[in-house]
Amino acid sequence: MSFRYTLAGRLLRDPLAVLGLSIIVLLVLSALFADHLSPHAYAELNIANRFASPSLEHWLGTDNLGRDTLSRVLQGGRIALLVGILSVVIAGGIGLLLGTLAGFGPRWLDNTILFLFDTMRAYPTIILALALATLMPRGLSTVIIVVVLTSFSEYGRVARTQTQSLREHEFIAAERALGASSIRIILRHILPNILGPFFILVAINLPVVITIEAGMSFLGVGVPPGTPSWGSTLKDGFDHIRTTPWLILGGGIPLILVTIGFTFLGEALRDVLDPKLRGER
Amino acid sequence: MNDTLLQLNNLRVTFPVNHGLKGLFTPRHKRSVDAVAGVSLQLNKGETLAIVGESGSGKTTLARALNGLVSIASGEAIFDGHVLHQDPDWSQIRREMAMMFQDPTGSLSPRMTVRSLILEPFAIHSVALNDPDQTAISLLEKAGLSRRFLDRYPHQLSGGQARRVGIARAIALQPKLILADEPTAGLDVSVQGEVLTLMNHLKRDLGLTTIIITHNLNILRHIADRVGVMYLGRLVEVGSVEEIFNTPSHPYTKALLSANPTPDPDATHHRIELIGETPSLLSRPAGCEFHTRCPWAKAQCSRVMPDLETHTNAANLVRCHFPLNELHPGAISRPD
Repeated sequence: MSFRYTLAGRLLRDPLAVLGLSIIVLLVLSALFADHLSPHAYAELNIANRFASPSLEHWLGTDNLGRDTLSRVLQGGRIALLVGILSVVIAGGIGLLLGTLAGFGPRWLDNTILFLFDTMRAYPTIILALALATLMPRGLSTVIIVVVLTSFSEYGRVARTQTQSLREHEFIAAERALGASSIRIILRHILPNILGPFFILVAINLPVVITIEAGMSFLGVGVPPGTPSWGSTLKDGFDHIRTTPWLILGGGIPLILVTIGFTFLGEALRDVLDPKLRGER
Repeated sequence: MNDTLLQLNNLRVTFPVNHGLKGLFTPRHKRSVDAVAGVSLQLNKGETLAIVGESGSGKTTLARALNGLVSIASGEAIFDGHVLHQDPDWSQIRREMAMMFQDPTGSLSPRMTVRSLILEPFAIHSVALNDPDQTAISLLEKAGLSRRFLDRYPHQLSGGQARRVGIARAIALQPKLILADEPTAGLDVSVQGEVLTLMNHLKRDLGLTTIIITHNLNILRHIADRVGVMYLGRLVEVGSVEEIFNTPSHPYTKALLSANPTPDPDATHHRIELIGETPSLLSRPAGCEFHTRCPWAKAQCSRVMPDLETHTNAANLVRCHFPLNELHPGAISRPD
């Protein structure tokens, strides 16, 4: 099989996928090397130099406390990726587990788990996030817990639907007839077959998660004050939008880029992995 | 000497219908249908029994019930000392009773290689192998495939090759009984022949006992010792393969045989046409359940249900008041 027809080969023929991948790679690199790339320490105060316009010294200007915006945005990428990846992995794991159990298990278990999913989905995400955040101490782990709680049901639903359509296939009956246990069937025959669509969902959902984190920080219930999240940079910029538009740009543009990057990648992955899903969301 | 491997007494499998609220207002006997409605038969070691019948006659359900994929509602089923109708340890039984499914490719897990598919029975039953590769190769070769196929995936196999992999999986643990559900479905005629030849060889070499579920009369002639004909979940005729083909006694058997195309262009073909559709399992006809479609039905047939029994003028066990083999001797043409 030539490279052209492998998964990566087909992915790289899609210009949007290449664009998405480049953005993501750039973002990951800048997050990894944020300490070396930042021109200043992100927490360094310089009250005398508040609201400085962009200059060679401060490429994106400074904020209301005189902190270098570029350094804060680079550090913010770390927070965004950390929250994004951690919460997607945890929420995806929980969703995968509950979803396959619901899809494969007996009717009562399915109904119970579905009820849980529906309950979680019934609340608008940001309202639920606000409510939960006020109940818990402020911090990164709270943000992650909130994001996990608001998003695991979506993974669960996809895993459940996929499992349900798979369990009717004859190879599942064939495995059962060989004497395979339910656990073995789920682990060896259901999971490998639903991971494809699942990864697509993960790729498409990652920017959503990052946006939730930014939104929570923007609303003041996210990361603790002083943490260089994109959301809090946006918030600072919003308060002084008339005088210092670069703060808004500094917090907003990476957010837009990461959304575009993961969305392009997710959609290209979907087209390559599972053409049947095209046009669904 | 007791060489009975499988004994069924009045086995019934029911499926619920009218769930939920609607079910509360339906009389109890209408809340379920009998997909298998009282099947009794006996299978001896080394024997090949074919179950024939049209779609919906309950033949596949019967096989699935024997394997525990659907539960037995009532009746008895005893397989080699295991009591199948009393919630047995299916894991042990499934090790001794392999099943082959209709769809040759669809019954193989799509993301596993042929190697892992063939070694799976051993993994499931924790059988340690000294040389797994060698075992896989020898099973493949028994099923008529070379070792080239070890690393292929199911979608890279033709229907016939996938069927052979299915056979290799079925014989892996040297089961006492093989349930083959439409083993030739979806295969070209030439490949059907190869698969049947292979199954005949395996039967001879390994002394397999087999139940073959099929609607294809041509294949059972080549492989079966005995034939059971099913209609609406009941056996209507049971006999040796020669008797069924030469002296069919039940009108339904006759109709099935007459609908079977013969390869002889000069054969005069007297087709017995059945009128109407197969009755619904929800509203079984009174009396003999075949009387609604039987060209020879008499008044008694719509009142009294016949039993599966021997008749003076029939060699087979027949569920019919008036077995037909003397009424219309020329009503059916046979290829020989």
